[in-house]
Amino acid sequence: MAQAQTQEPLASTCLEVNGVTLSFGGVHALDDVALDVRHGEVFAIIGPNGAGKTSLLNSISGLYRPQQGSITYTPEPKAAPVSLVGRAPHKVAQVGIARSFQNIELFRGMTVLENLMLGRHIHMRGNVLSCGVYWGPQRREEIRHRAAVEDVIDFLEIENLRHQAVGTLAYGLQKRVELARALALDPKLLLLDEPMAGMNVEEKEDMARFVLDVNEEWGVTTVLIEHDMGVVMDLSDRVAVLDFGRSIACGTPDEVRADPAVIHAYLGDAE
Amino acid sequence: MESGIFFSDYRSDMALRRMPLQKVRTGLLLVGLVVFPLLANPYWLNLANQIAIATIGAIGLNILVGYTGQISLGQGAFMAVGAYGSGLLTVRLDVPFYLSIPAAALITAFAGLVVGLPSLRLKGLYLAVATLAAQQIVEFVVTHWDGLTGGTEALVVPAPELFGARMNTDGRFYWILVVVALAVALFAANLFRSRVGRAWVAIRDQDIAASAIGVNVFGYKLLAFATSSFLVGLSGALLAHYRSIVTWERFTIEVSISYLAMIIIGGLGTISGSFFGATLIVLLPAMINTLGRSLQDTAPWAATVLPYVQQGVFGLVIILFLVLEPEGLAKLWRNVKDYFRVWPFSY
Repeated sequence: MAQAQTQEPLASTCLEVNGVTLSFGGVHALDDVALDVRHGEVFAIIGPNGAGKTSLLNSISGLYRPQQGSITYTPEPKAAPVSLVGRAPHKVAQVGIARSFQNIELFRGMTVLENLMLGRHIHMRGNVLSCGVYWGPQRREEIRHRAAVEDVIDFLEIENLRHQAVGTLAYGLQKRVELARALALDPKLLLLDEPMAGMNVEEKEDMARFVLDVNEEWGVTTVLIEHDMGVVMDLSDRVAVLDFGRSIACGTPDEVRADPAVIHAYLGDAE
Repeated sequence: MESGIFFSDYRSDMALRRMPLQKVRTGLLLVGLVVFPLLANPYWLNLANQIAIATIGAIGLNILVGYTGQISLGQGAFMAVGAYGSGLLTVRLDVPFYLSIPAAALITAFAGLVVGLPSLRLKGLYLAVATLAAQQIVEFVVTHWDGLTGGTEALVVPAPELFGARMNTDGRFYWILVVVALAVALFAANLFRSRVGRAWVAIRDQDIAASAIGVNVFGYKLLAFATSSFLVGLSGALLAHYRSIVTWERFTIEVSISYLAMIIIGGLGTISGSFFGATLIVLLPAMINTLGRSLQDTAPWAATVLPYVQQGVFGLVIILFLVLEPEGLAKLWRNVKDYFRVWPFSY
């Protein structure tokens, strides 16, 4: 693998994917995929349609269970690593990994605020009794986490949408609310599945700015899948390329752009 | 949102009744509930008591079906467990009713937990069939385990005593039922503005996203089954002591379906809808009966066909609601409020 061309000293590994193989019957969605994401970087996964990008993200967040290989997550530098393979999705969330989905998967019957409050779920303790009684400890907990959610609302500039049902929002705003819900979880690692798909240029610029801000101001390590090469090359510190379930390249945007295997996968050979 | 009303802290913004008008309405409701028994005759008190019991059961079912999205056909079975549970505790073990009712509700919650186990794998209609099995099993056990339930014989439960007074009239029982129903409604409303209720609605709307945001989906489904069954068992137990007689015919699959009708007509996923639906389903047959009796002398032929009309009207009402206002009576009520909020202007 090529040497990283950053001036800073090499950051420690946040997420390490090694030899991951996932098949559905005879279909090999992922075949011996390996990559590593470092703390604090924006990491892009690209590849043609059907390359296994979303399958990889689903394997990381526990929705799929790979048959082989290891996925190891280290929340902070020098923290104890956690194995994610075979971990239930809600337990993956509990170690600080939040994600968004390719097709928006918001809770449509709820308001923006309630969607975001669900992002606080793992940080709250309320049970049936305390919630049903509400007064006292539960109200204090709800108010405390409401304040945390308001920070996210403020950050993503969706103050005016607070009490609106998410089902009524425009597509681009729903994408933003989904990012907000993931951020409300206060993640250490953020997985974004095509955060800019289907957006117009202005919406893409907004979203790109939010992704960078989240990364820089909140120090959240971000892994994103994206098809817009302009966005990928501008945003990401490093890029991994998948093709037919295999990782064919990994490096800085410039390295990847020049990689013959990548050119072959995207454009074919000039013969 | 009304203009000119601003909240300067989260506490008032998150209140159950945020607007001044809402507080007024709640006050009026409470006054109405206190005044009602002073004015009503036993016939109306009886209906009110039935409505209160049905409201508790409907809120229970709504938690499971309307809020968590798990269809259940086992309502009758859970009510039976509550009714027989509390009745037998009272008759066989002499447990006072204020202990036997909560105990029966807890037993029902446990039964709900067991019935909820298939929800790990089954969704939608398949889960409904699994709960249908529970309904049939409970019916079978109740009618065949003669040693415990008395089989098809009715179980007679003595009227409960509270503070030395026998709760054997509609007027006295009214107070127990109204207080319990209000407490249940408040409990449920609180659930759905805090952590647990949000997790349930999340499972209904998007179970995969719910798990990815950290909700233990299976655990919360079981919790919904248990909580729902607790309230349904509570309603069954109250029914046992109110009727002072428990028979299996009161807890058949028909009961399950009429409760589903209540929450659909009232409005899935709303507390007020549970009350509206319960009111309609209790009052509709009663009103048709009353109409029949008043027609007995003037038009005897009308009285004879009325029982059939009753069935037809019941079905017709459900179909009309599904077509015209799928969100139920609760939505209609919201429309009325929205209309008068800006009245006499259109915006």
